[in-house]
Amino acid sequence: MTIDPDTERYSIPDKAKWSAWTIFQTWEVILLALLVLVFIINSNASPYFLNVYNLADATFNFSEKAIIALPMALVIIMRDIDISVASIIALCSMLMGVGAEAGIGVPGLITIGMVGGLVAGGFNGFLVTGLGLPAIVVTIGTFTLFRGIAYVVLGDGAVTTYPEGLRFFGQGYVFGLIPFEFILFLVLAAIFGVILHYTVIGCRIYAIGNNPIAAKFTGIPVDRYRFAAFCLVGLMAGLAAVLLTSRIGSTRPNIAMGWELEIITMVVLGGVNILGGSGTIPGVVIAVLLVGMVTFGFGLLNVPGIIMTVFIGALLIITISIPILIQRLRDRARVRAQQAEAGKD
Amino acid sequence: MVRESAPKPIILKVDALSKQFPGVKALDKVSLSVRAGEVMALVGENGAGKSTVVKILTGIYKPDGGHIEMNGRRVNFAKPSESWRGGISAIHQETSVFEELTVAENIFMGHQPTKSGGPFIDWRDMHERAQEILKRMDVPISTRALVRDLNVAQRHILGVAKALSHDAQIVIMDEPSASLSRREIEHLMVIVRQLRDEGKGIIFISHKFDEIFEIADRYTVLRDGELVGDGKIADVSQDDLVKMMVGRSLDEVFPKVKVPIGDVVLAVDGLTHDTEFDDISFTLREGEILGFYGLVGAGRSELMQAIFGISHPRSGKLTLAGQEVSIGSPVDAMRQGIAYVPEDRQHQGAILPMSINKNMTLPLIDQLSRHGFLSHRKQLGVTRDIGARLKVKAAHWDQPVEVLSGGNQQKVVIGKWLATTPRIIILDEPTKGIDIGSKAAVHEFMGEFVAQGLAVILVSSELEEVRGMSDRVIVMHEGRIRGEFDRCDATPENIVSVASGAEFGA
Repeated sequence: MTIDPDTERYSIPDKAKWSAWTIFQTWEVILLALLVLVFIINSNASPYFLNVYNLADATFNFSEKAIIALPMALVIIMRDIDISVASIIALCSMLMGVGAEAGIGVPGLITIGMVGGLVAGGFNGFLVTGLGLPAIVVTIGTFTLFRGIAYVVLGDGAVTTYPEGLRFFGQGYVFGLIPFEFILFLVLAAIFGVILHYTVIGCRIYAIGNNPIAAKFTGIPVDRYRFAAFCLVGLMAGLAAVLLTSRIGSTRPNIAMGWELEIITMVVLGGVNILGGSGTIPGVVIAVLLVGMVTFGFGLLNVPGIIMTVFIGALLIITISIPILIQRLRDRARVRAQQAEAGKD
Repeated sequence: MVRESAPKPIILKVDALSKQFPGVKALDKVSLSVRAGEVMALVGENGAGKSTVVKILTGIYKPDGGHIEMNGRRVNFAKPSESWRGGISAIHQETSVFEELTVAENIFMGHQPTKSGGPFIDWRDMHERAQEILKRMDVPISTRALVRDLNVAQRHILGVAKALSHDAQIVIMDEPSASLSRREIEHLMVIVRQLRDEGKGIIFISHKFDEIFEIADRYTVLRDGELVGDGKIADVSQDDLVKMMVGRSLDEVFPKVKVPIGDVVLAVDGLTHDTEFDDISFTLREGEILGFYGLVGAGRSELMQAIFGISHPRSGKLTLAGQEVSIGSPVDAMRQGIAYVPEDRQHQGAILPMSINKNMTLPLIDQLSRHGFLSHRKQLGVTRDIGARLKVKAAHWDQPVEVLSGGNQQKVVIGKWLATTPRIIILDEPTKGIDIGSKAAVHEFMGEFVAQGLAVILVSSELEEVRGMSDRVIVMHEGRIRGEFDRCDATPENIVSVASGAEFGA
């Protein structure tokens, strides 16, 4: 092939010039700043806040939700959503309870919880990708269905007798200080972060989220990815069910009621676009800590739970609307800049 | 010519209209005028700005600069209803109809006659007026028929009737003949003349030069959003118009490279789909550009998508380099060395918010990774290489594709398939709506590609492009292959008459 004289002069840099300002504008940095602010306010408001043991114990409040928030981020990036996660916890915990009453041991109970979650997630995934139904409709349906099953099986009763060996997972500490649940969350966050940001799988997840049709035309098995993400959410909800059941040592059908909203709030607050296509695992992790620390602070100040619900609802609306509003302003600014440039010549 | 030569009054005057979109200046100080009782042909390539003019005149877009005068009074159309109240009505390329409503209801949608101006619809008046309009056009359709039951041509007539119901002074026809048969086009011409004789001003947009020379009195040519010429149609030849439209001679835009044609690489035998196409057989050879021409809805894209494994045909055989293959998914097709650049660049081709680098390497990403982990170095290597070959213009490779111009977006989409080193590349409307420079670059690339002994299928609705680039042209109509022409036989008359299907076998 002949070398075109044009190609020799042709040079395009790999990346935009690095500037500190663009780093400061990222959502993760804004969240981090908010987290620091919450720390400062909380430690001024209550002398019990800045205590290593209290802080460590505070992670019990959000670790199980946080573990579900990780795969939920993948689902939302791919333009789906799963409303049924808390109901999957109820279903799995019920299965574990039935298993415990039948005398199954600790490894068996853990397996029951996680396989139950996987199957429930797979059921959601099948309805969404196999039958082509909208995720929000499917999971609103299974939201009622899964918990309904737990109610049918348990009725007014509760299972309160679990084997002693199960206690470690939800109540145990590592190094005598950090809760096992929190360590587990950090390890999982690292794995999810590496997969989403450094692997082929992650790159394809973003491609699907930004344009599922073009992704399909590029040879990405879009439905298989979406199905796998629903299975993963189910599996992690099953894991959360194991941890939660172990932590409170009992199962009632109303277990984990309302968690789905808190989990979705964490994901969206973490910068995952509710319309799909963007968001990061570090963002979700910081958002989890932020929500956790605010809740802990409210708890120390004896703020009633009802206020907490109002706070979560407001946070959800604000964080969903902010990126959409910013995008609109940016579009407008871009057109204006181009007009200004066009006016020059 | 028996028409009087005294200058008729100007109804519509457009002065220095400008419109900016992200990434492209769609209109740059365009001026034009339309007189009463005159047909003005608005010509230009796809992306020249014709549709933008129409959308501004009909109140869909707001102009960034310039102004519009109707009968000497300055007007401002903030929304479509203001435009038709102001006396402008348009027949769009794809008319939106309400399938479950009657013909009369469709005609008067949005401005139903009411009983003495009250809230209740005057059904009798509506049907009478609809009847009157249809009678004037000499079309035997019942006003009470459901639009669901009408055929394509009748629906188009409905669009015209709708425009007439506004009693507009200016009627805009945006490619009204694109999906009509020859007989239907003749009928349309009668209606256009009738409107003209009633003293209406008509803006006629068409890609077909024979129609323009038959019907138009004056012309206005746009190129890349700028006005490049206007005047009386009697004073110009077709070549003059083409030169104004493309800004360079045809040889520069369609640089056909002579390449020796080799063995058959792809043979399609009896490929049949439940609804989209039927009994398709053809062969493709090394070094060949095979053109597929047809009207919108002829089933060309659907056929190509079946070959690429996106949809699944009911029966038929695909033979690649002498071996029968079955392609169930795009991955299979890629493995067999087939690449498909889809028609809809923004929805099917590019992933707009993602970077050039990621877009270009997406189909290849497995090979550009180590044990599933992305290799930034390898990805950039491919992007730099392919980007330079296609002369993509960008600020840097990490730029999102959405900020590029249409032509550069298309280069990225072609580039991502080029990176997979295909044996066969299917280009579906590769130059639709891109600027002339990028268009020439795409054509140049096709030449380079076949020069290496590879094969190209070119699906295009642009007659000049199909004729200019292809070694052979296959013409489809309603899901079937209706004709095949060698380069020398592929005259516009041959191709168009087969594509419209009207004269076939008659």
